[in-house]
Amino acid sequence: MNSKIRKILPQIITLLAVVLIFGFFTFNAQINMDNRGIEFGYGFLSQESSFDVQFSLIEYDGSHSYARAYLVGLLNTLLVAFIGIIISTIIGIIVGIARLSPNYLIERSAAFYVEFFRNIPLLLQIFFWYFAALRALPLPQDADPIFGVFFLTIKGLFVPRFIWENLDIFFYSIIAATVSITVIRNYAKRLQQNEGKQLPVFSISAGLLIILPLLAFLIGGVSLNFEIPVLEQMSTTSFKYNGGLGIPPELIALTLALALYTATFIAECVRAGIQGISKGQKEAAASIGLTPNQILKLVIMPQALRIIIPPTTNQYLNLTKNSSLAAAIAYPDLVLVFAGTALMQTGRAIEIVSITMFTYLSISLAISALMNWYNKSIAIKEK
Amino acid sequence: MNQTLKKLVSFLAVFAFVFAIGTEVMAAKKSKTLKNTQKKGFVRCGVSQGLPGFSNADASGNWTGVDVDVCRAVAAAVLGDAGKVKFTPLSAKERFTALTSGEIDILSRNTTWTLSRDADIGLTFVGVNFYDGQGFMVRKDSGITSTSQFKSGISACTNIGTTTELNMRDFFTSKGISYEPVAFEKADEVVAAYDAGRCDTYTTDKSGLAAQRTKMKDPDAHIVLPETISKEPLGPVVRQGDSVWEDIVRWSLNVMIEAEEYGITSANADSMKTSENPAIKRLVGAEGELGAAFGLDNEWSLRIIKQVGNYGESYKRNIADPGILPDRGPNQLWTKGGILYVPPAR
Repeated sequence: MNSKIRKILPQIITLLAVVLIFGFFTFNAQINMDNRGIEFGYGFLSQESSFDVQFSLIEYDGSHSYARAYLVGLLNTLLVAFIGIIISTIIGIIVGIARLSPNYLIERSAAFYVEFFRNIPLLLQIFFWYFAALRALPLPQDADPIFGVFFLTIKGLFVPRFIWENLDIFFYSIIAATVSITVIRNYAKRLQQNEGKQLPVFSISAGLLIILPLLAFLIGGVSLNFEIPVLEQMSTTSFKYNGGLGIPPELIALTLALALYTATFIAECVRAGIQGISKGQKEAAASIGLTPNQILKLVIMPQALRIIIPPTTNQYLNLTKNSSLAAAIAYPDLVLVFAGTALMQTGRAIEIVSITMFTYLSISLAISALMNWYNKSIAIKEK
Repeated sequence: MNQTLKKLVSFLAVFAFVFAIGTEVMAAKKSKTLKNTQKKGFVRCGVSQGLPGFSNADASGNWTGVDVDVCRAVAAAVLGDAGKVKFTPLSAKERFTALTSGEIDILSRNTTWTLSRDADIGLTFVGVNFYDGQGFMVRKDSGITSTSQFKSGISACTNIGTTTELNMRDFFTSKGISYEPVAFEKADEVVAAYDAGRCDTYTTDKSGLAAQRTKMKDPDAHIVLPETISKEPLGPVVRQGDSVWEDIVRWSLNVMIEAEEYGITSANADSMKTSENPAIKRLVGAEGELGAAFGLDNEWSLRIIKQVGNYGESYKRNIADPGILPDRGPNQLWTKGGILYVPPAR
């Protein structure tokens, strides 16, 4: 009985303290807001926002509501996080493996990259890519086209826009290719387990991925045209591109900075993961006649992933949260659009900051859950 | 008899006690901000992060500008020394939260007086110390001399969290011009981006444009277009709920403007005590009891004029002499064709 109380009492006290502290802050905020005649409420979300946003994935202008402005910011944040995570993972894996390369030059360059980008504050890197690197870009009228259709200028990267016809049939062909690849892979696996034969799965898959969409073009009536950006003069010295797709320099700079920075940490996770596998594994695999590629793919990586995934999840979360530095270079992410402009125009600090905090928390938890699920699926399954 | 006396004494004691508490509470109620300021010994003032002419810090950390002078005037009035001000540089985004949360007591940061700000978010605007309007800056070599030459697709750099973003939308939407807003958090970054060619135009209050132009690589390569697309009355703001403090800040500003109207300057303020004009005598504290209404002494206004100067002196020192806006435009006294018109200090 006594020991039971001793166990529970500290927990009750902690809980009480937490509740009291929160209660105190809420109470205090309430009184202060009452004194200053500020009303608490989320009704403003449906009001007209009356400000425009530079870059949006969904249709938006100032006649839409604050709730829609929130969605614009959220999608922009997710866009940066998504592209950033993909690029940083690719760079991270390459650099991580390169750091273990027996080639001195490759190993040293990878180490230099990691040490350099990891040790400079991220905000400085964002400023660098935005102000220094992008400012060195030409004005629209001086830009030389890359491959005749891409224009990299100070006002952004302008690329041709795809104009599809019968896009749905193209999608169906991709789905068909994916399904047949899965079937073939399963068949190949069974074949190897039962009869010891190996099928060239990779070549077959690549072939399917090319041939099926190609058929869609040839007989499915799918067609693809490009709308190439055209330079237009607005005044004596200012020009812009018409048509095509414009990617703002803010997005490019932010993604680049985030990806290069986070990739250094992922590279270290990858290196640690591979080095964490004992040498005996590799030697044993070699002794049963596996090729170096097979050793990496079948023996080292499956085990290394278990070490790599959890810390890499951390890096994905960091990248997502760091994307809020976007405000410094005018990329309209959640913090700039919602916790910035919308907060200022409405003055609803507590409501907007709480929504923003909750949103970041949800994004982080979602990424975490996804990665945990993946981690579980590759974990050792004891039978 | 004794009993009655005892009763009377105890009644009086209780009454005196209640009265003492009552007056104490009333004094405290009168202005908590004033009491706190006098206890701390300095005025807490929120300013911009650097806008020449309005609030700008030099290399040694001395703040100057017409916005800064409002806070200095309040410090001279309530503390007797215009130097006793603690300046807090704030971004456009932070400013109102800093004021409502009690971080600062006066926000004097080229802030536009609008209905929703005044009524909705716990703030009170006390007056106007600069009448401004939003304008556009373009590169001179663009050949643009009027906003009517703007074409769809124009990119415009500006600050977030300001009325500028809203006015810009109103302006472009009403003209049917599509535009790309590029909104930064800090003014320095807006200028850097525009200067580098990221945007075709830079839009903010005209005074701001004039001030920021002086910071650019080559100021002469840029022009401010003649059109004004909005009304921007800029003025100091206080927290809602302390009307005495609100009055002190309002009248500190009004005294500066009225002093100019009567020709009282920092140089001649003392000699004006013997003036024939009662209005002047009231302003320099030689007549009437104007300070008592705020719980201040009678020389509060004299100190403002002597230590900070009148509005005209402040404008000349901070805005005209550095070449930001030599022409006072609407910020001239009503007697000289401007719209500066303050209620009489009496």
